[in-house]
Amino acid sequence: MTKTSNLGELQAIAKRVRRHIVEMIGAAKSGHPGGSLSAVEILTTLYFDVMRHDPANPTWAERDRFILSKGHAAPVLYGVFVEAGYTPAEPLNTLRRIGSIYQGHPDRRYIPALEASTGSLGVGLSLGLGMAEAARLDNSPTRVYVLLGDGEIQEGQIWEAAMYGAFHKVDNIVAIVDYNKIQLDGFVKDIMELEPLPDKWRGFGWNVIEVDGHDIPALQKAFADAAATKGKPTVMIAHTIKGKGVSFMENNPKFHGVAPTKEELEKAVQEIGA
Amino acid sequence: MSVNTKFELKLGAATREAFGKVIVDLGKADPNVVVCDADLSKSTFTHLFAKEFPNRFFSCGIAEANMVSIGAGLASSGKIAFVSSFSAFVLNKGFEQLRVNCAYAQVPLKVVGTHSGISIGEDGPSQMSVEDISLACSLAGFTVISPADEVSMSALVKAAAYHNGPVFIRAGRVKAPIVHTAEQKFEIGKAIQLIEGKDMTFIATGLLVAECIRASDILAGEGISAGVIDIHTIKPIDRNAIAAAAKNTGCIVVAEEHFTDSGLGVKVAQVVCETHPCVMEFHGMGNYYAESGTPEEVMTKYKMTGADIAVTARKALARK
Repeated sequence: MTKTSNLGELQAIAKRVRRHIVEMIGAAKSGHPGGSLSAVEILTTLYFDVMRHDPANPTWAERDRFILSKGHAAPVLYGVFVEAGYTPAEPLNTLRRIGSIYQGHPDRRYIPALEASTGSLGVGLSLGLGMAEAARLDNSPTRVYVLLGDGEIQEGQIWEAAMYGAFHKVDNIVAIVDYNKIQLDGFVKDIMELEPLPDKWRGFGWNVIEVDGHDIPALQKAFADAAATKGKPTVMIAHTIKGKGVSFMENNPKFHGVAPTKEELEKAVQEIGA
Repeated sequence: MSVNTKFELKLGAATREAFGKVIVDLGKADPNVVVCDADLSKSTFTHLFAKEFPNRFFSCGIAEANMVSIGAGLASSGKIAFVSSFSAFVLNKGFEQLRVNCAYAQVPLKVVGTHSGISIGEDGPSQMSVEDISLACSLAGFTVISPADEVSMSALVKAAAYHNGPVFIRAGRVKAPIVHTAEQKFEIGKAIQLIEGKDMTFIATGLLVAECIRASDILAGEGISAGVIDIHTIKPIDRNAIAAAAKNTGCIVVAEEHFTDSGLGVKVAQVVCETHPCVMEFHGMGNYYAESGTPEEVMTKYKMTGADIAVTARKALARK
């Protein structure tokens, strides 16, 4: 894997990841395209530019950690893993099938390079805090990145973790909220409003950075600002579009958890153009 | 007491206190040992570790779910991580985190639940844990340990620390009678036959091991030879010890400070059914909650004494 800060190269990777997402979910005939597509630029920027990691040495003790707390967005992580060389591309079309390494939600038993098995919402931030604490004890430069869904942060444990992170000044962790404004049952504002979201995190003592979650240079700057912030944890509220990159999926609650049909898949691939 | 047995049953430390002391020893020997607690460190005795190693003690506040996941994060980063709270809280409020972050994820977190059973007394049922064995045993890959006294607690906490897998250890609030000698060796998964018996066998865990010794003593006065097994590891259960007791004595009474319909008893019964079916009775809590009172009052009212267990034994023997 070659790391790059080059916008064109990162955008090209992001396109390929998008294509992997719609193709694997299309093949599986089930899965979560909307919340996978909304996080493509976030994961691409992390894995190909920001994070210190080595696919040839996935157990490197001082690597940075990424936890996909919103485990249902597994396809975006699988797409990134394939592009980074952690896992093979060929079985992506076995997503969600019996015996596949590409399980419905990330499963460390099948992919040991995953930092966590996730899928039950609300637990990943605490887990990341534990990893961040271990790194601090070891004087390791490890930083921990946790991707949260917006609906996910309705879970109470997130706010237990938020209290802990600020109280213990865990400044080697970044929580990223994929704020695509849609959850399973509909729009977040209609299910359980989160606003004023930045104020909530600030009130809990976190450094808050709001960013356009599809703007790679803005994400690069936000991650750099987070790394420069000492004495408190950082949350990036990444404003994103659910289903980003496929016109008929964008901002459409239906595509939270529905696979494209054969015709829709063809159209999606054409639009993505990777 | 102890007319017929070698056991003095002298009161020792509470198993929670033995745990608190032994993790300090572990911490001195190994800088990788870390401890998380949820505002109960003075009750779980992890305050001893916190005082000695403040950098390796993580105060999580009253937030057990967060504590379990943080412990799992520490454990998955190579730390020997203990999390501790009352059994009722760490298992019930942290169960989903134990399932997803530890059992399913195969992360070797060590969980110590104190104030188990009904013997905690005055605090009452909201704090009493009478379903923790059932909950912990249902977590795939977990080892579940329930020591009877300070001797076994110290040895088994040490063994658990270096056991390659997640472990739940059940501790109690009150001072526990000493049932083991200082020379006794402990091995996870290996039950200990404290008293040999010909007519029947008690299989017990936690505080009720001592009560079964008392029951055996009472029965001995009636000419009945009742063996006693301390089954300190409930999962994986010692199948050989259970099968031998069933085969050799043909009558087993299980005793536990736990719901009898989902605890040690049903696990022993499964092994008995699969090996040497024999007469069995189950002594413990029915499917209801106890109440406040002194530990002695509660244990007496809810029939957790040696004399009560002897009654159950006679019932079993009458069916033999």
